[in-house]
Amino acid sequence: MLSSLPRRAARQLRGVAAPSLRGAARPLSTAPSDAPEEEPETKKLTMVAAINDALRIALKTDESAVVFGEDVAFGGVFRCTMGLRDEFGEERVLNMPINEQGLVGFGIGLAAVGSTAIAEVQFADYIFPAMDQICNEAAKFRYRSGAEFDCGGLTIRAPAQAVGHGGHYHSQSPEAYFAHTPGLKVVYPRDAYTAKGLLLSCIRDRNPCLFFEPKILYRSSVCDVPTGDYMLPLGEAEVLSPGEHITCVAWGAQVHTMARACERAAAEGVSCEVIDLQTIAPWDMHTIRDSVQKTGRLLVTHEAPLTAGFGAEVAAAIQDACFDHLEAPIARVCGADTPFPLAFEKLYLPDELKIYDAIMRTVQY
Amino acid sequence: MMSSGTVTVQLDKPYETFKLESEPPMTAEVTRDELLGYYSLMYRMRRMEISADTLYKAKHVKGFCHLYDGQEAICVGMEAGATWGDSVITSYRDHAWQLSRGDTVTGVLCELLGKQGGCAKGKGGSMHMYKADANFYGGNGIVGSQAPLGAGIAFAHKFAGDGCCSFALYGDGAANQGQLFEALNMAALLQLPLVYVCENNQYGMGTSKKRSSANDDYYTRGGYVPGIKCDGMNVLSVRECTKFLKKHAVEVGPIVVEFDTYRYHGHSMSDPGITYRNRDEVSQVRAARDPVDRAKRYCIDTELVTEAEIKEIDKEVKAEVAAAVEAAKAAPPPEQSELWTDVHVGQSKDFFMRGPDISTSSGVYGTNR
Repeated sequence: MLSSLPRRAARQLRGVAAPSLRGAARPLSTAPSDAPEEEPETKKLTMVAAINDALRIALKTDESAVVFGEDVAFGGVFRCTMGLRDEFGEERVLNMPINEQGLVGFGIGLAAVGSTAIAEVQFADYIFPAMDQICNEAAKFRYRSGAEFDCGGLTIRAPAQAVGHGGHYHSQSPEAYFAHTPGLKVVYPRDAYTAKGLLLSCIRDRNPCLFFEPKILYRSSVCDVPTGDYMLPLGEAEVLSPGEHITCVAWGAQVHTMARACERAAAEGVSCEVIDLQTIAPWDMHTIRDSVQKTGRLLVTHEAPLTAGFGAEVAAAIQDACFDHLEAPIARVCGADTPFPLAFEKLYLPDELKIYDAIMRTVQY
Repeated sequence: MMSSGTVTVQLDKPYETFKLESEPPMTAEVTRDELLGYYSLMYRMRRMEISADTLYKAKHVKGFCHLYDGQEAICVGMEAGATWGDSVITSYRDHAWQLSRGDTVTGVLCELLGKQGGCAKGKGGSMHMYKADANFYGGNGIVGSQAPLGAGIAFAHKFAGDGCCSFALYGDGAANQGQLFEALNMAALLQLPLVYVCENNQYGMGTSKKRSSANDDYYTRGGYVPGIKCDGMNVLSVRECTKFLKKHAVEVGPIVVEFDTYRYHGHSMSDPGITYRNRDEVSQVRAARDPVDRAKRYCIDTELVTEAEIKEIDKEVKAEVAAAVEAAKAAPPPEQSELWTDVHVGQSKDFFMRGPDISTSSGVYGTNR
């Protein structure tokens, strides 16, 4: 389901500016622009392997980096940290008790000293005990201390989104809660390739980052991943396929569901511009605005419930920026305003048909 | 002629220990310079807090304000027993720590008044004092939230192998926060150089320790972590105890200390502090246990310092604080651009902070462009 989506060619990455870095973290090696372009060596990897690779590179290239979380010493429940303890030792790959509030606070303290703290919260659904630490301590640290301190070295990884049978506490997409807190970056990869590049960017970005990994893609997403060190830019959406009639925006696993709906619409002659938002906060309004000014229509889709989901922010901002260009109301195809039911997952989720239906209704408005 | 050199003094109250085989000494050696230093710093803190009270009541301090008067011996005694290489993180009752870690009275008052000259450029206020160059990780507004941060900071000390420790302070109210126990557990597992400092001032906001805590022997609450209870009203007891605590933290692992103390003011300025306790209780503590007075008596009793010298210090401190009040009042507010400064760093050139802009129409605009 992934190989059909166009990807930014790895060679284009050279044009990506490294974010401002501090301390021991190293910038992306960039070739001079006039140098002959070489295809980087790639390898077919699952998202789990790509994330593992990113963590290994982070630990190797930054001696202050520490990975910690519940069960990470033996690889974590999804095996993303497999082998890291053996390679980097128990001082840098730490098992934590099951205490999300405590472990995130631990990471903030560690990062405040200048270390790169890479926390794993076992499921995004378990992040809520740490909400205070993330929203009150991490997000505001630089601002409330007048930049005396920050915890920019903190990255929190957490598996998110639906998995087919997760039920209430292993399925949620909590991005909107955190997007509502200035000072955080919130990022979703859509495949193994973006997972490695975006995770390395989050780890090296000097702002606290939340990295939500669509757990359904852990082993189902297999693609060519550069074996070396690379970063993908935060705060930038990616246009996966250009289109004329409607702009379709999603993130994480929902990108694939949306892309299938777009293919279905294409068979009906509807040309969709498919965009992966990638960074939820701070989000790339420019790319979406430029696209909607061209297509005149917008659809946003996410698994999280409709009300106050991040799609609401996208819709509100775009109707303001593109009011004169809009040919139809902005469509939001989202999860239901219900808890996440085991029995009704299919009914709950904004699936391909619901998105397709919304595309067609919007185009025919 | 005053005596010079080192004098050995007796401490007042015995320690109580929990799962410890040794304890700090019941005597302390002090010099004239040390005593003068402790007294003058404590008295500066006292005068600063009294001036903050006045500034609050005159509506110059507009935010929340939690005062430290009554508890000065803890901060000053700990500083005397530790170094600035040791990290400190505390709760919102943080003015005194900012002063002891090297800021000025003017600097602290500027932050209280929301002025540019404050450590957080006036954007934080009373609860937000920070001093990175002296390893003071600041005041924290959420009760108990600093506890796990203290563990992370301690891990960094251990990782660096610098022989220093992390002091994480909290009150008897915060002692019942779950995250403290999470942090204690992590600290014990990782054998972190960490001292959890419970400043037991007897009241968590308006609730006395007996009514809030099933076990109010806070020094035993670490369970598997050893603890010690120490007179928090005697700067020399705190100093001797702190030396012991640091040694234990660095050589063995985490330890809990309960400093028995008292706050004269209410929890915050909005709390008159007499609805859940009576004025007599406050007066009795002032008369019998006042920490500034205790330090003064050490000065006089050891004959290391004269009454006249104390009076001279008092005069200088009063003048310094009065000048700081005027300087803070006259200080400029932060630049408007501070609103969107230090939210994120390293943004692309296209990034702008979004927010409403009343100079145009409604909707989404960049506040910083």
